Amino acid sequence: MRSARAISWSAGHVLIRACALALAVSTIPVVPLGMTGTAIAQDAAPAARALDQSAAQPPAAAEARGTAPAAAPEITKIKILMARELRDLPPPLSLLDIPPPDDGLGGAKLATADNNTTGKFIKQEFILDVVENEKPDALVADVAKMVDAGSAFVVVDAAPKTVLALADALKDKSAIIFNAGSPDDRLREEDCRVNVKHTIPTRSMFADALGQFMAWKRWNRWFMIVGPTPEDKMLAEAYRRTAKRFGAKIIEERTYTYEPGSRRSDGGFEQIQQQMPSFTQNVKEYDVVVVADEGGLFGEYVPYRTWDAKPVVGTAGLYTATWHPAIELWGGTQFQNRFKRMNNRNFRELDYNVWMAVRSVGEAATRQKSGNAAKLIEYMSSPEFELAAFKGQKLTYRSWNGQLRQPILLVTGKMHVTVSPQPGFLHHLTELDTLGVDKPETKCKAFGK
Amino acid sequence: MKYARTRLIAPAAAFAALLMTVTSANAFKVFVSNEKEQTISVIDSVKLEVIHTIKTGNRPRGIILANSNKWLLVCASDDNRVEVYDTKTFELVKILPSGPDPELFTLHPSGNPLFIANEDDNIVTVVDIFTGKILSEVPVGVEPEGMGVSPDGKFVVNTSETTNMAHFIDTKTYETVENILVDNRPRVAEFTPDGGEVWVSAEIGGTITVIDAATKKVKSKFSFEIQGVNKDAIQPVGVKFSKDGKKAYVALGPANRVALVDPKTYKVEKYILVGQRVWNLAFTPDDKQVYTTNGSSNDVSIIDVATDKVLKSVKVGRYPWGVVALPE
Repeated sequence: MRSARAISWSAGHVLIRACALALAVSTIPVVPLGMTGTAIAQDAAPAARALDQSAAQPPAAAEARGTAPAAAPEITKIKILMARELRDLPPPLSLLDIPPPDDGLGGAKLATADNNTTGKFIKQEFILDVVENEKPDALVADVAKMVDAGSAFVVVDAAPKTVLALADALKDKSAIIFNAGSPDDRLREEDCRVNVKHTIPTRSMFADALGQFMAWKRWNRWFMIVGPTPEDKMLAEAYRRTAKRFGAKIIEERTYTYEPGSRRSDGGFEQIQQQMPSFTQNVKEYDVVVVADEGGLFGEYVPYRTWDAKPVVGTAGLYTATWHPAIELWGGTQFQNRFKRMNNRNFRELDYNVWMAVRSVGEAATRQKSGNAAKLIEYMSSPEFELAAFKGQKLTYRSWNGQLRQPILLVTGKMHVTVSPQPGFLHHLTELDTLGVDKPETKCKAFGK
Repeated sequence: MKYARTRLIAPAAAFAALLMTVTSANAFKVFVSNEKEQTISVIDSVKLEVIHTIKTGNRPRGIILANSNKWLLVCASDDNRVEVYDTKTFELVKILPSGPDPELFTLHPSGNPLFIANEDDNIVTVVDIFTGKILSEVPVGVEPEGMGVSPDGKFVVNTSETTNMAHFIDTKTYETVENILVDNRPRVAEFTPDGGEVWVSAEIGGTITVIDAATKKVKSKFSFEIQGVNKDAIQPVGVKFSKDGKKAYVALGPANRVALVDPKTYKVEKYILVGQRVWNLAFTPDDKQVYTTNGSSNDVSIIDVATDKVLKSVKVGRYPWGVVALPE
């Protein structure tokens, strides 16, 4: 079990050319906290002052008053905090899907490097700090301390409950939270918070992305298999909503409750091979199997084993994602290369969600030529803000609930099959709003009009 | 059979008549790089058809002429090199170093050196095209792409797609002297023929930023609006000016149109429907035709500059990317 620790990391003053290389070879300097966040908080104090003062004064003046020597060039420092709730999740069925220890963090590092390359030209420096904890309360407390010390931008990979606890703990501070890990619709709907933005799409967005493609394929008769976890049930609910929206019919729903047992045991395929056909037997004529198994307990066992020879979509077979390590669309090749050089592993979905959050801050700071938290937060919520994120079009935040609009990939293990929204699904503002809960349907009230 | 033959006669006669009317023009060779096919299609500007296909290295993208038009230079991006072809024999002459992942390049107006954007390495590589020596590596922003050179040869402007800047590089010192923020994902930088302005297209931003070349400050910015086309699909990439500076053509990517812009007023005068995902453009040397590379439909559209109508679409290789016309 890992204990609480904080990490400080910055692209600092390396030359641009050497930047990627330097980052690739140097390991992250780990600051073992041992006793809470005080060391980091003290360390961060001067920068925090600079940020606070910059609200009233130009950043240059604020910086000059800080610890920087008078002769140094005036560099605006912008601190971004990544908060990770270390959770004990069951191992995935496939060895290929085991998350690396720095899942998400790799994306934060790449985005910080990208921000700093731009920052070099306009005298801005982005500093990435990380806090990790397996106890939600302690994580919230650690983040609050860091925010008080000047980190106004908090990227969170945590359970939905923790995201809400963080939002409420920071609600009176000049800070913004980016939810990069939870697709729960309620965080954007009935439990929305004005100080939270979401770079990960909602379950209803993912479901609509899939549903549009199935409509295009005329796979209108679905056989849905739902897993036992609460998340699986929420995803199934999203699929039901999508089916209704796009005129598909759920022929039958079955809940998969069989306990697959240890995943690491030798063999086991013999039993699965017997079990899956009988589990999927005697369903009325249908076009496609839709699997709702976010828990990853059985989904991968469905393809090729159904009683009827049918395609499998959902969380197995053809699945939805914000990113995939094989995507080369829209200039993605160099993006993938940069990530791999820096992190020595594949570029995963959570990395991408975090990258979008950290880049949002960078983009706002570049456009506003400022490190002032209030100013950047306001700008990110304005219609002027737009993010280029290797999706072939600009991404923007929905004004009514802080959700980032984005095309969603439909992929297999190897590569993409298509990208939604599908052609023909029209919207009077942006076709991206054909994915998920749209403004007229929202239950979010925190954002006002 | 008979029926089929008689049907063929009428269009053939019409085409012959068309040929007669245009044969008075000079025939130019137009070279089109096909990104996914490792080939260059050679089009005859009078016949309006592909007359030859050159086999190249992997992922040919940027394409220009050099050495008094004797050479055709091609960025073979996935082979990390620039390939030099003879424009008469279409034979490979030599290979130039390029730095990693060359995408676009521009030649100094004096004929040498070559400035190459290395998309995967945040640098612009400067190469002597005769000796093959790398003269310098200039650090720029993330994902360098567009390369424009001022008519007087003093500055090269490079765009960085993820840093969203236009970097002015002094061609004597090989240092960036100015970094100008533009809109998201800048693709192409093009100087006006008089050298007074640099136009930078922003693919995701959907705009053209006009930079005053003398003061190196943003002078104006404009965008595009096409009825019935989603704004997100209007993604400007290629920009070309007629030599007299009176017409500017801007390729609008997945909007499948080329905008004709008045370079004085920055007003769009017309949207010309071309093939799918139009990226780059080239004038014929007489300024009478403009060729557009339509990546998704595997063809080029040939625009008649006098009427601003598409004369013909010519099928080329897969994912046509760059285009340049050779004076004959």
